[in-house]
Amino acid sequence: MKKDTSAVWKQAIRTGLIGGSIVLLLALVGIIGTFKGRDIISGWISMGQILFLAPIFLFAYNAARRAEAPSKVGTILVGAISGLMSTSIAAILYLLGQIINLRAMFANASPDLYTMLTFGQGPLLGVIILLLAGVLIGAAGAGVLLLPSRIRKALSQAAIWAILLGLLRELLMVVISRWGVVAYLIRWIFAQNGLAPHGAIVVFLIIGAATYWSAGRKRVAINNLPPQQKKKRLVITLVVSGVVLLVLPLVLGIFFSEILDTVGLYILMGLGLNIVVGFAGLLDLGYVAFYAIGAYTVGVLTSPELGLFHLNYWQAMPFAVVVAVLAGVILGLPVLKMRGDYLAIVTLGFGEIIRILALSDWLKPWLGGSQGIQQIAHPWLWGLELKNQTQLYYMILVGIAIAGFIAWRLKDSRLGRSWMAVREDEDVAQAMGINLVATKLLAFAAGAFFAGLSGTIFATKLTAAYPHSFSLFVSINALSLIIIGGMGSIPGVVVGSLVLMGSPELLREFAEYRYLVYGALLVVMMLIKPEGLWPEARRRLELHEAEELAPGTAAQPAPNNAGQ
Amino acid sequence: MAVLVSKKVTKRFGGLEALAKIDLEVKEQAIHSIIGPNGAGKTTFFNCVTGFYTSEEGEIFLGDRNITGLSPDRVTRLGISRTYQNIRLFKNMTAVENILVGMHPHLKSGLFGGILHDPRTMREESEAVAEAMRLLQFVGLKGKGDLMAKNLPYGQQRRLEIARALASKPTMLLLDEPTAGMNPSETQEMVYFIRQLRDELGITILLIEHQMRVVMSISELVSVLDFGQKIAEGTPAEIQKNSRVIEAYLGRGAASGLGENIPVAA
Amino acid sequence: MLRTWRQRITFSDVVVWAIGLAIAFMVVYGTIATLRLGKYSPETWLDLVITGLALGGIYALIALGYTLVYGILRMINFAHSEVFMSGPFTAAFLADALVKTGIWDRYPLFSLALVLLLAAVVSATIAFLLERIAYRPLRTAPRLVPLITAIGASFFLQYAFRGLYGSGLKGFPTLDVLEGYWSLGTIQVLKTQVVVIFGALAMMLILFGIVQYTKFGKAMRSVSEDKETAALMGIDVDRTISVTFIMGGVSAGVAGILYVILFPVAHFFMGFIPGIKAFTAAVLGGIGNVPGAFMGGLLLGVLESVGPSLFLDGMGIPAPYQLKDVIAFVILVFILIFRPSGILGERMAQAKA
Repeated sequence: MKKDTSAVWKQAIRTGLIGGSIVLLLALVGIIGTFKGRDIISGWISMGQILFLAPIFLFAYNAARRAEAPSKVGTILVGAISGLMSTSIAAILYLLGQIINLRAMFANASPDLYTMLTFGQGPLLGVIILLLAGVLIGAAGAGVLLLPSRIRKALSQAAIWAILLGLLRELLMVVISRWGVVAYLIRWIFAQNGLAPHGAIVVFLIIGAATYWSAGRKRVAINNLPPQQKKKRLVITLVVSGVVLLVLPLVLGIFFSEILDTVGLYILMGLGLNIVVGFAGLLDLGYVAFYAIGAYTVGVLTSPELGLFHLNYWQAMPFAVVVAVLAGVILGLPVLKMRGDYLAIVTLGFGEIIRILALSDWLKPWLGGSQGIQQIAHPWLWGLELKNQTQLYYMILVGIAIAGFIAWRLKDSRLGRSWMAVREDEDVAQAMGINLVATKLLAFAAGAFFAGLSGTIFATKLTAAYPHSFSLFVSINALSLIIIGGMGSIPGVVVGSLVLMGSPELLREFAEYRYLVYGALLVVMMLIKPEGLWPEARRRLELHEAEELAPGTAAQPAPNNAGQ
Repeated sequence: MAVLVSKKVTKRFGGLEALAKIDLEVKEQAIHSIIGPNGAGKTTFFNCVTGFYTSEEGEIFLGDRNITGLSPDRVTRLGISRTYQNIRLFKNMTAVENILVGMHPHLKSGLFGGILHDPRTMREESEAVAEAMRLLQFVGLKGKGDLMAKNLPYGQQRRLEIARALASKPTMLLLDEPTAGMNPSETQEMVYFIRQLRDELGITILLIEHQMRVVMSISELVSVLDFGQKIAEGTPAEIQKNSRVIEAYLGRGAASGLGENIPVAA
Repeated sequence: MLRTWRQRITFSDVVVWAIGLAIAFMVVYGTIATLRLGKYSPETWLDLVITGLALGGIYALIALGYTLVYGILRMINFAHSEVFMSGPFTAAFLADALVKTGIWDRYPLFSLALVLLLAAVVSATIAFLLERIAYRPLRTAPRLVPLITAIGASFFLQYAFRGLYGSGLKGFPTLDVLEGYWSLGTIQVLKTQVVVIFGALAMMLILFGIVQYTKFGKAMRSVSEDKETAALMGIDVDRTISVTFIMGGVSAGVAGILYVILFPVAHFFMGFIPGIKAFTAAVLGGIGNVPGAFMGGLLLGVLESVGPSLFLDGMGIPAPYQLKDVIAFVILVFILIFRPSGILGERMAQAKA
């Protein structure tokens, strides 16, 4: 059905204005400015500029896509208009900034920003170029829509890889410095800051070609393979990942080990929270409490500072975990009858209560007050003190393996099904004979178990437990990563942790805006893809299906949660 | 022999009396229908029986056991199952998983069994899955086990809900408007199916229905509620002619087909 | 009824009640101990109560936003704390400009009005945008989804404002007119506190009037009761919801200015704790209930102000003021466990089968 033309223009204008507002926000919040110094392609374009131009491009693409214009020229025009609208907002910001001192209020409305917006040209010329750029970029965005999908995929993948490589240049340098000859080759594509122009071109061509080629091949959906082959693939994948994981810190070095430790601890916590939120649907915002309890218990039991107990780590750890689990049950008891929103806020309250108590002078003799507990012992294993990041990495890895195994097994068990039934419809679950009290408490206990375990490792890694480490942010981090990774999905926890916990470590600039991005991601994900990046897949019953089906009955595969 | 007896069951919500001193008896292996205009209290009654609501007054007996005020999970474990007016399946779980949840009271594995996969747990699981498959077949959903409940078409969702209710091996089944939203041929299948449940499995059926054809064709006994009170009870033929019943419906205009001469099952 | 009661009570209920009673007992014990000790004079108590009322008035105004939105959408607007923050934080810059041009000192009332207006507008705008962008598309989604969106929006707004205005503390200029005390007989009260109390009361009356007596208010209340029926009656549900958010925003913005009159500092994180406390107040009074929100706010403010001295000190806790926030959280937990409908609320019947 042809859309009414004026509606199409209005749509394009609206989309463009929204894109422009986003650019405005990114600029004023300071993200564009922060990334200005980081070149993606040395001398050509910086990340800041990409963040400035990308929204314009993407929104123009979106406008063109929704417009469904009949002609090619029409499509391009729609994109151009959208782009123009976007840059006009930037232009208005600039012009306004020339007249009044916006900087008094918006610290980031700096001369540097203005220069970038006008591409370094003076006021009149700059604004004209800005608007023109909008038109061109918008047209390009729309133009991409007209390309065959294979080329489109190739271009986007190539662009993404180029950006990633440019961003992660320093880190790659650190990693490959140990790789000898290979390092030489790789180093060639980079410049002082970001990719060298020739390097960028090479990367673009290689990735682009690779994607183009692979997009052309027909791929067999993993799920449709016969069970034997599927199992074989699974085993191979596991073995390879296992080897990679074991070798990783040695390959990447100490700096990365630290990052891996953080990511790992959050995976461990995330696996626990995934059971509470993802399986059982209980939104626990006070999850950090169990983390803190695990850490503090180890502290109280091992630290000579307080002088209360003198256990070593391995003796203290089981206690700590048990205490955390007990806490999980105790904190779970009052909230059993609460639903959704109320449950979230009450658990948030609990988390805060615990933090305030840990910080207080009242409990200082036992918990160390605002200084926390220090001199927590490192674990000793077979005569070796596990104290550096790499050694602790393996400890964390073991923890994750255990947690992952438990979570994986529980998911398809009677208990896991009870949890999911409670999540889906609590009243009906109860009507199915499920004891809500026991089921919910078990969820809290399981979650607390993993958080407590994680907390003990954290405490020994830091050799201290400070109340400031146990703020609401930890809970929010954990929640964000399981939601964005995929609620209820175990691989999702890993993906979420890698992306959300890894990125701020890898990109220092990003660390400033961490929670801004988390918040935005949460909102956007809920709006567009609530099942997360790696959705919870429902497993197929390979065992019985072949038997039960009469010949001739078509087996219909389980759709993989394509959109809620 | 009565399977379910309610004595003077009364339920109030604030000032509203949703159920007023309801006396009802469901005979063993009977197909007993409850009808009445919208808002008469039929689903409220179901909720009292299954333990969702606690009645203010009155008692409910299952056989000779007093089940008044027991929590829903206990009621289910005693052998009562139900379906819901607006289908309440576990949407993001597969059909088989829905049924497996229904089997919950009969399975025993817990936290450690689930983690360790000991032989007894594994055996129990595979038997449960086999049973679930059999139930699927029984309700005509063979081969659809791995589909998400939310992706099933409406009629199949209804049948899945019944399969789930059957999974707990109930002695009595409460069906809340099982033919809602169905076309005549689907309705006919459902009627046949309900009769099968009683004839083959020996389950007592208590049914809330709006479609008079259904009520008249399979019920042995019909109880009529209006404004929370039982205003009539009897065979379908008797109810059809009962003037109070007709007045309740025509005055409120909720049912279809009442007043016509609908052939009653012999 | 006794027999059904016995059947439905579970072990967990017993434990929870036991803990609850233990805490209640400790509070009473602490109170008696403090009063016996006579450590605090009546003037101190009065002082604390007035401080509590001032803070409580602010909580009451913020609580209105929570209660209205919960009533109409059955969801907690987690991001309301940021709606609260955005008003005064933005107005702080206007205040600065007014100080620089000398208007602040020469025309204090006018300046205050201007600042109030800006705060109300900004907060209302944020609330409106929040609903349009983040909540409206998710109205039919399963419960967990809008909840997570609200949390995400809350953090997003916090850090967006941090980026926009800076991460530091932004001082809010004080009004010379409001420095010092007023005497009422033998009692001395801080001028700022008096202004806040009366300001809050005035605002509460206005808002209550709107909700009870205007057409908008009636529309809001009917949409809260039953969305579909209201729509059938010809009420524009979407617009009513937007207006509800706007009202909550205005209330929060005004509360924000009152807040910075008492504590003349604005920063991006200032909404978090008052937000939770205001939510506690809303629940305390009865969620969905406007007079309840006001009452809950005032009550919470007083309890929080008087509490540390009254019961915590008596229990022998050093530096009891550190645990001030704990009081609010404990009240929250208590109310939600033992009386979720709050003091004035009717039981919002949860739809079962």
